Amino acid sequence: MKNIKCDCGHVNPEGTVLCESCGKPIEGNQHIDGNDNKRLLNMRYDGTARRSQTYNKSIVDKIWSFFSSVKVGVWLIVIALVASAVGTIFPQEQYIPIDAVSRDPAVYYQDAYGILGQIYYQLGFHNLFSSWWFLILIALIGVSLVICSLDRFVPLYKALKKQKPQRHHSFLSRQRLFSETEEVTEEEKQKVINSLKAQRYKINEENGHVLAEKGRFSRWGPYVNHIGLIIILLAALLRSTPLFYTNEYLWVREGEQKVIPGTKSEYFIENKGFILDLYDENDDRFKAALEKQGTMVPSNFQTNAIVYKQSEDVVTGAEAQLEKVTEDEIRMNHPLEFEGYKIYQSGYQLNEVNQMTFTIQEIENEDGEPLAEFTIDVTDPKAEYELDNGFKVEINEFFPDFYLDSTGPKTETQFPRNPTFIFKLYPPNSDESETSFVGDVISAAEALGINTEAVELNPMGEVLGQFATNLDATGENEYKISIQDMDFHRVSGLSIRKDHSLPFFGVGALIFMIGVVQGMYWQHRRVWIRPTEKGLMLAAHTNKNWFGIKKEIENSIENTNIKMVDDQQELDE
Amino acid sequence: MCMSLDERKSNKIKKKRNRFIFRTVILAVMLVAIIYALVSNMDKDNTIYRVGDQAPDFQLEQINHNNEIETIRLSDYEGKGVMLNFWGTWCPPCEAEMPYMQELYPKYKEKGIEIIAVDLNDTRLNVKQFIDKYELTFPVPFDNKGVVSDLYKIGPMPTTYFISPDGEIVEKVEGGLTLEKLEGYFQEILPE
Repeated sequence: MKNIKCDCGHVNPEGTVLCESCGKPIEGNQHIDGNDNKRLLNMRYDGTARRSQTYNKSIVDKIWSFFSSVKVGVWLIVIALVASAVGTIFPQEQYIPIDAVSRDPAVYYQDAYGILGQIYYQLGFHNLFSSWWFLILIALIGVSLVICSLDRFVPLYKALKKQKPQRHHSFLSRQRLFSETEEVTEEEKQKVINSLKAQRYKINEENGHVLAEKGRFSRWGPYVNHIGLIIILLAALLRSTPLFYTNEYLWVREGEQKVIPGTKSEYFIENKGFILDLYDENDDRFKAALEKQGTMVPSNFQTNAIVYKQSEDVVTGAEAQLEKVTEDEIRMNHPLEFEGYKIYQSGYQLNEVNQMTFTIQEIENEDGEPLAEFTIDVTDPKAEYELDNGFKVEINEFFPDFYLDSTGPKTETQFPRNPTFIFKLYPPNSDESETSFVGDVISAAEALGINTEAVELNPMGEVLGQFATNLDATGENEYKISIQDMDFHRVSGLSIRKDHSLPFFGVGALIFMIGVVQGMYWQHRRVWIRPTEKGLMLAAHTNKNWFGIKKEIENSIENTNIKMVDDQQELDE
Repeated sequence: MCMSLDERKSNKIKKKRNRFIFRTVILAVMLVAIIYALVSNMDKDNTIYRVGDQAPDFQLEQINHNNEIETIRLSDYEGKGVMLNFWGTWCPPCEAEMPYMQELYPKYKEKGIEIIAVDLNDTRLNVKQFIDKYELTFPVPFDNKGVVSDLYKIGPMPTTYFISPDGEIVEKVEGGLTLEKLEGYFQEILPE
């Protein structure tokens, strides 16, 4: 590498376009900023050497200079934009509707969107935003951001620090704002300087050469902004680790204690009770709206919960002492918080059955007193129940979530949403049993026109029992088992979140904004005065708002003989 | 600017070296960050234990009345191949594969393979009746708090892990197994 010595004596790094000290265009380098055949100088980065445009020897330098190119950066952004746009043409994998024919992406896309969907899937667009190549693209934008910024900030900072008031005459005459006045008195010149000072310019004078400058810090705005962006990218990086971010969902019944997912079995939660408040249909304020809606509308749903922590370090699943950590009501906009986790009320399910009470009666004498009564805890039924009067009931089969298909009775899920039993009833002193099929209350309720997903059945337990299915398969039964009462409970849906990355996003966004404001609302303005034999040359440059700087120059040359600067760009046109 | 030529030259070399070090360091740091981002993204559900990982230990109550063990602890089976199955009585494909498991169990138990079928979210009654129906004899741990299913992050059922005698997950299968497949996987986890 070789440095370039300017006529003014300053030694510039190779690749410099305008001498760092006096601003004289350096011969042979004018093509870099496209100054060759132009009347005006390109003032980008003050004509400093963007080093990467010059040294290209080792592989490190080659990689560096590749990323240092703004052109490369812009292309990376364009590619990412186009890819993101394509990623929105069809839904992403996680948004395949639940009722789709198949949620398997290999089937779904072709099925729903034909050949285009197939191509979409095979090119990996169904999972674009977490695909490795999209992440690499974003990462490369980050790299380009860092290197572009470093490569421009450092030389620009140095050049602005090194700039001298004395500038080469060709530097001045090739500025956009320029004028030359033949005869100027020392008094007039001083007047201009004072006026600029009054307009809060910093004056730097050397041998009659003057540099008036203000708002230099506005030049750092883009770099501050980039620091903010990089922090946001880093925060996104942190968010992809479970240490900083987890999101889980949990269903927990009233009275049930469950492990909180994602806590490595360290924390447990107990649902002490679920509260559902509804808007009052009889209240005049809500009446019309509720009628329009047609169903009940909750005004509040909340879980009263206790969080426990395992006090000893035991192997997962083993019984351990639980210590109460906190107790709170989880409501909309009122999550339960503990040790960095937040538990939000996210949903609920009504009408899971908790307990069922049955009575036994003689079929001949249906209106008489029941002969025996028994209660089954549906979440944990026993195999048999010994009753008063010598009756014994065996549960032959239990369907927690009953439905009937062509092959017979089935259960749809493990949850007691529609419990149905096949009982074997042993009358007193008898080895012969009778078989009864009892349950399917939900079908009974729906047959009555009740929307069982929206209406709480708990107050109706007794009534619904009377409408329950009750089959006597053989038609020879002497006794009838009927539902006396039912107790329903509710299941609370909670989402558990931990997000320690938010403060980083906040800081990044704040710095980003500071950078934007810094670069947008201030301008870097410079005015140069170069004495000639009897008069002076006046030139000015700003990075934006040329109108503003012209105004200030106009103010400062008021009542002097000095010519107003010409806007040479306008003259060009 | 009054340096001697030599001084200037050595200065230049020093500058050049510093620049090289600076650029290398910055590029290396960014490369590490990118690799980390990619790995952690692919590992997004990295609480899921996958093929090649050590199977995490757990301990649960055993509720198969045909089996005399009261408490199952996975680490007790080191040295044996373990088929760790997650199932429920209400899940048809689970029900379909159970008879195959029972069919192979006595034979492979002698060869050093244990079947552990963790039941999720069921009632004891249904599990008992299911066991009677299929005359199952292998241990059935009962995970009614969802602890082990959270540990293994079980999604669809059945899910089966085949664990080698030294505790490493050799295969993870989501969905039902046929007799042939089951035997094939057993070959992979047979102790020496």
